[in-house]
Formats: sequence, structure tokens, C-alpha cells
Amino acid sequence: MSSNLRTLCSAFGAGNSVSFFRFDWRRDSWNLSVLAGTVVGGFIASQFLTSTTVVDLNPETIAQLQGLGVLDAGQSYMPELLFGTEILHQKKNLLLLLGGGFLVGFGARYAGGCTSGHAISELSNLQWP
Amino acid sequence: MRTVLFFLIGILLGVVLFKSEVASWFRIYEMFQFDSFHMYGIIGSAVLFGALVMFGLKKFRVESILDGQQIHIKSKDKGWKRYLTGGILFGLGWGLAGACPGPMFVLLGAGFLPILCVVIGSLLGTYCLLRCVPRKAPSLMVGF
Repeated sequence: MSSNLRTLCSAFGAGNSVSFFRFDWRRDSWNLSVLAGTVVGGFIASQFLTSTTVVDLNPETIAQLQGLGVLDAGQSYMPELLFGTEILHQKKNLLLLLGGGFLVGFGARYAGGCTSGHAISELSNLQWP
Repeated sequence: MRTVLFFLIGILLGVVLFKSEVASWFRIYEMFQFDSFHMYGIIGSAVLFGALVMFGLKKFRVESILDGQQIHIKSKDKGWKRYLTGGILFGLGWGLAGACPGPMFVLLGAGFLPILCVVIGSLLGTYCLLRCVPRKAPSLMVGF
């Protein structure tokens, strides 16, 4: 999945300032259709295939998170604190999401793959480093 | 036609990622605390099933619908330093944001709009990597 990040960078015109983005991103457009599909899949699953979004967590995790101030642990799909509508007014949490995303993008491309590429595809292919 | 097929595969992937709760920030937190088998069970069965499929693809010389050539899975480059460094940075981000590159787009579709910050951050991270380490960049262009 993470090669889509590179493809998107190229598609947004990053090739104008960095030569390594100057490749034919349309060659990888099949992967972008998978990506577009996951967005639609997320919409379908959350709107039509889900009656409850409660995640049945380990009670210890719930207690720990509530101690940290994440009060909706075990009652929702995502924490309101980070993914609720209030976040637009909380600069610190917004920066946390942005910084976390930055490391995910940087790290995944540095390693040449993310969870789907390394953990699932490469392990399935029984490749040894 | 191919585009439609890949799009449908993406929809299936999106539904599975959402319904299996892999996209839930809480599940990822729980996983990093080693408090549940849930995530490990999912990735473990994905790898087992994947290994069976890979074996079948090689054994029966299955052809790709993209170009009609036999499917050949390119091995990743040898080495461990790059994977270790990248993996640690990736894991740090995964722990902070609670989403990896697949689920972040699923969550966008599910309507959790603040995930856009994570998506924008990951695009910036990808851009910065290739901007800051151009010497190594050719090898950074490969891999999924």
C-alpha cells in the first residue's frame, strides 16, 4: 500500500522539484485503483455493514486508556480525543497526527514497504534478509 | 476492465480492514501493549494464506492479468540496516497516529476526517525522504 504514497507525490507534481518523483506514475495507476477501492470499502463497511462500532478490547487496555484520559476506550471505533470533531481546535493533537503520519510515510518508504508489503507479501514469499 | 477489477479488490480490502477492526486505533494500541491476540492472529493467518497462494502461483505458473506474463514476485533487496531504520521510524509513527498506509484510507472513507492529517503527514514524509536522501533514492523507488 505504501508505494501509493510515492505515486501520489508524483501525481501531485513533486517531480517538478525532486527528480526522483519524475517517473511515469501512470504505470502504477492500477495500485491507485486499489487505493480508491479501500476508501469506498471503508465507507460501505461503516455505513451499511456495521451495526455496532464498539471494539471489544482487553479490559486491562480499557482501564489503562481511561487512566490516560481516553474515556471512550471500549465504547467506540476510534478515540474521540484524536478523531472527533473537537480536534480541529486542539493544535497539539493535530500535530501528533501529522507527526505520526510523517514518520509512517518516511519510515515505510525508507524500508521500501509497509505492513502489506513487508509483513504480509514478503513473509508469504518466504524471503530471508 | 482491469481498473474495475482492482477497484473491486480494493473495496473488498477496505471492508475487511474495517470489519476486522484492523483500522481501529484502539486495536493498534492494544496490539502494542501485547494485550490481545487479535491483530497477531489476523496478520498470522494472512501470512499463512498468502504463503499458500504464493506457492500455488509459482507451482501453476499463473499469468498476470496486467501483461499476460507469468507472475513473478520481485524479492526485496538484501540487507537489514535500511529495513531496521525504516521499520523503527514506521513503528514510531504507527504507534503515534495509530494507522498504517492501508487503513488510513479506509478510515477516510469511513468518515473520520482528522485522518487527513495523517495522510498529509505521510505524503510529506515520503516527499522529505526522497528530498533529503537523494544519494540513496534510486533504491528507495522500489518496493510496495
